[in-house]
Amino acid sequence: MSRALQFSLHLLARDWRAGELRVLVIALVIAVASVTAVGFATDRVQQALREQGNELLGADLVILSDQAPPQYTARAQQFNLQYAATMSFASMALTGDVSQLAEVKAVSENYPLRGRLRIAPQLFGAEHSVRTIPAPGTVWVDARLLQQLKLNTGDTLMLGAARFTVAALLTHEPDRGGDMFSIAPRLLMNLNDVPATGLVQTGSRIRYRLLIAGEPGGVRQFRAGMENSLQPGERLETVQDARPEVRSALERAERFLGLAALVSVLLAGAAVATAARRYSVRHLDTCAILRCLGAPQAFISQSFFYQMLWLGALAGLLGCGAGYAAHGLFTDLLGRLIAAPLPPPSLRPALSGFATGLVTLLGFALPPLLALKNVPALRVLRRELGAPVRGISAYLAGIALLGALMIWQAGDFKLGAYIVAGALGALTVLACTAWLLVRGLARLRTRVGVAWRFGLSNIARRPAGSVTQILAFGVGIMALLLLTLVRADLLASWQQRLPDDAPNRFIINIQPEQLPALGDFFARQEMPAPEFYPMVRGRLVSINDKSVSAADYKDERAAHLVEREFNLSWMERLPEDNQIIAGEWWPEDADVNLLSVEDGIAATLGIKPGDTLSYNIAGETFTGHVTSLRKVDWDSFHVNFFVIATPHLLKDYPASYITSFYLPEQRQTLLGALVKSFPNLTIIDVAAIMTQVRAIIERVTLAVQYVFGFTLLAGFVVLYAALQATRDERLQDTALLRTLGASRRQLVAGFAAEFLLLGALAGLVAAFAASVLGYLLAERLLHLPYIFNAWVWLSGLLAGGTGVTLAGVMGMLPATRHPPLAVLRAG
Amino acid sequence: MSLQPIVQVQGLGKQVSGPEGELTLLRDINFSVTPGEACAILGASGSGKTTLLGLLAGLDVPSGGRVLLDGHDLFALDEDGRAALRGCMIGFVFQTFQLLPSLTALENVMLPLELAGQPAQQARAQAGDVLARAGLAPRLRHYPRQLSGGEQQRVAIARAFAPRPKLLLADEPTGNLDQATGARIIDLLFELNRERGSTLIMVTHDEALAQRCGRRLKLDAGRLVA
Ligand SMILES: Nc1ncnc2c1ncn2[C@@H]1O[C@H](COP(=O)(O)OP(=O)(O)OP(=O)(O)O)[C@@H](O)[C@H]1O
Ligand SMILES: [Mg+2]
Repeated sequence: MSRALQFSLHLLARDWRAGELRVLVIALVIAVASVTAVGFATDRVQQALREQGNELLGADLVILSDQAPPQYTARAQQFNLQYAATMSFASMALTGDVSQLAEVKAVSENYPLRGRLRIAPQLFGAEHSVRTIPAPGTVWVDARLLQQLKLNTGDTLMLGAARFTVAALLTHEPDRGGDMFSIAPRLLMNLNDVPATGLVQTGSRIRYRLLIAGEPGGVRQFRAGMENSLQPGERLETVQDARPEVRSALERAERFLGLAALVSVLLAGAAVATAARRYSVRHLDTCAILRCLGAPQAFISQSFFYQMLWLGALAGLLGCGAGYAAHGLFTDLLGRLIAAPLPPPSLRPALSGFATGLVTLLGFALPPLLALKNVPALRVLRRELGAPVRGISAYLAGIALLGALMIWQAGDFKLGAYIVAGALGALTVLACTAWLLVRGLARLRTRVGVAWRFGLSNIARRPAGSVTQILAFGVGIMALLLLTLVRADLLASWQQRLPDDAPNRFIINIQPEQLPALGDFFARQEMPAPEFYPMVRGRLVSINDKSVSAADYKDERAAHLVEREFNLSWMERLPEDNQIIAGEWWPEDADVNLLSVEDGIAATLGIKPGDTLSYNIAGETFTGHVTSLRKVDWDSFHVNFFVIATPHLLKDYPASYITSFYLPEQRQTLLGALVKSFPNLTIIDVAAIMTQVRAIIERVTLAVQYVFGFTLLAGFVVLYAALQATRDERLQDTALLRTLGASRRQLVAGFAAEFLLLGALAGLVAAFAASVLGYLLAERLLHLPYIFNAWVWLSGLLAGGTGVTLAGVMGMLPATRHPPLAVLRAG
Repeated sequence: MSLQPIVQVQGLGKQVSGPEGELTLLRDINFSVTPGEACAILGASGSGKTTLLGLLAGLDVPSGGRVLLDGHDLFALDEDGRAALRGCMIGFVFQTFQLLPSLTALENVMLPLELAGQPAQQARAQAGDVLARAGLAPRLRHYPRQLSGGEQQRVAIARAFAPRPKLLLADEPTGNLDQATGARIIDLLFELNRERGSTLIMVTHDEALAQRCGRRLKLDAGRLVA
């Protein structure tokens, strides 16, 4: 065993010097780097969540409610715990004629219980931590709000019916999400000032929190038995499950980016397989001599196995280093999930990167190397014996291992299996396409000039290799096409579908007594009269008399829907852009308790016509029968509801009203007047939200693009490996052509023709795949008309053609410089 | 004692199925070689010399017949068994040297010793001795590509003799060398063979060389003719 170990070091040293292992190592480094770059980034955010859990919570324990302030202060005192209360809601802030939606947080003394607020005296001033909260009559606001309202510290602003002095610039809030989740800037105020604003009204969406902190023992006692005594609508958040929204966003990012990174690993596997095959061909003689000298088969297997282990370790180290260097690309996105500084990464991503590298190496390099033990010793006398293994079956283990990695990365067996099956199916289709293209090209060779014929024959001569290269580049180019052109097309298609006068502002929190005055306001401003819809907030408590809770639903969205209150409305007539798809709408003046449910939510929650639903509205329960399911066009930006009831059922419950309207660009000043006259209204700017969403999409796209950057790199390594693998043949060819009088220019032209064709085919395959995916995304998933874009095809061809030609010709230039005689004599 | 032959070939035959049906490469070969003999195998190109040598070393399996090496039936063993037997009994010298390019001259010679389980220290000393005997003392740390053809063949001979094999097989050992160098190589081969009391079986085209061997076997179209 130690002899095999020793011998493996000899092999390694010599093959390293000879440059035979370079491609293997580069391919693995890229694979490991792409996996670890994503890993390091997600790991750091996860660690921040774990280590700074209570800072991110602002407490050791939080009780949330969307109905009423949680009443547990007595219990907290009983266990000697500190507590603080907060209220969060959205409201308009106003100065002069400028109004801006703000995310208001009103806090009591002691907030935050863990971590510190940081403020600055003015914009760009030096920040410092404080242990206080805004004094009554003052607010602290963040830089975005200051800039949008064109304010300085010391100025005043209106919030609802009250006026406040901006006392400081708020620079850090431990329990705030990173700017990923906030649609509006922050305003921090004193809890005691809330009544004066008059903003807490029927229908206002307010989130109450009770923060608890203290001795761990006390917190544990406080918590014990708490789950059962929580009121409806109340929820407990602890350090372990703090910030579920951040956790699920992070989990999704980790899964998706991780899966995308595995695409590079797959390509690296192809490069490794190609390189290892050539390597094994070049070691046939060595193995035959060893057998001749009496080496047992096990010695040969062990030697190569150890050599691969050394290589795997080396590539793992280099890859982790490269991944660490590159992980900043992703923390830029993921770091925005939380406002806390990120701790250094742990070793876990490095270990899994290492494992991925080894799996790739052993899965794809070992089959041809292990076959070396079967090389007949007779080869020392007869060179033609002992050709290496062929065919894909040898790599089944490697492919299976990668599939297992994908399933593990997907975090869900079924989803993972779907992804693996989809990837395999797609690859097979693309491989067949590429193969047909290669076959088709071969027929052209009689009709072209010598350089093209040389290029074509090279592609046709190694169909398997050509298909692999086409796929490797195709996948990389496809990913980039999808993320750039196709994404832009989808966004454009979506925007085109919105009529120019689609509503772009929503007004919520309208009180019933304000309706006439608000109608007058619109009339005075010569704006079309908006339609007001009543809105009652209720919580679904049972379906067919079976009580429901979030725990009953595996589906995340369903659980979320059951957990929170949602908006119900009542109507006589079916809204114009809604469409009944099951059951029937009720007749006018129906004095029965009927409900109509949106089909999407009905499917999520498992509701059918004929079911009975019970809702809880501010402590009272009502029951209705579902008589119809509706299809709703949410993209129209008209006001729409998941659940609509007969007026008979709901009209006596306390309601607020909502409306949407189109505000032309030149009428922006109307908003200031509106907020001044109705300070309690919340006006939501669709464009601002869209901008925010687009910014998030862009940031996410950028991160995904980085991952596919690794994929493209891996594609180049596949090409490089293929060039290496065919180097000996190519040297022989060029030497022969040279002796037949071909000039160097002709040789280069021949290679250029080959790579141009390969690249163009890859681009074609990529454009094909990207278009099909784009079509499926548009028509099936997003229900948008698909826009054919010739640029996708042109860019694919261009990117593939130039990229591969440049890389390929550069790779082959040294071969054209070789003196032909040396090659011919050696052959 | 020395009456027991080191090599006994009984009814050895080799057929292969080619594109034009069965092809007989060797037919009913019988001979034996006693320890210490030097034996040349002669014959026209394509007469089956290399095929026979390959079978003697157990590098290939015959279609019929037996080869006994020092009394061991070679083809009753499996591949690994034959490899082990080769390791301790047979030394090889090839026309194309067949040194491992990744190892130095010394390491190439140490390799069969280490494969046979000798500790590195002892293997190093022993390999150094044989290389010195082959006149390569100053070139121990050189790699094959840094050596001339003749020097490479000396290393190959040193490697073949290092484990003190009872039987030395050589397939046209001078085929790739010029006349003068070839002659010196042959001298070395015979000297070492005599000193170590081993048995030499050598394939050659060279009549003069064959004359130096105590015994000559002539192959013609797969049959032993003399
Ligand atoms: N596996 C095989 N299949 C078919 N024919 C074979 C095979 N091995 C050897 N031969 C043929 O057997 C014959 C004998 O080959 P061998 O190499 O033993 O000859 P040789 O005497 O060593 O010739 P040379 O002096 O040229 O080296 C040749 O005609 C060769 O083509
Ligand atoms: Mg021969």
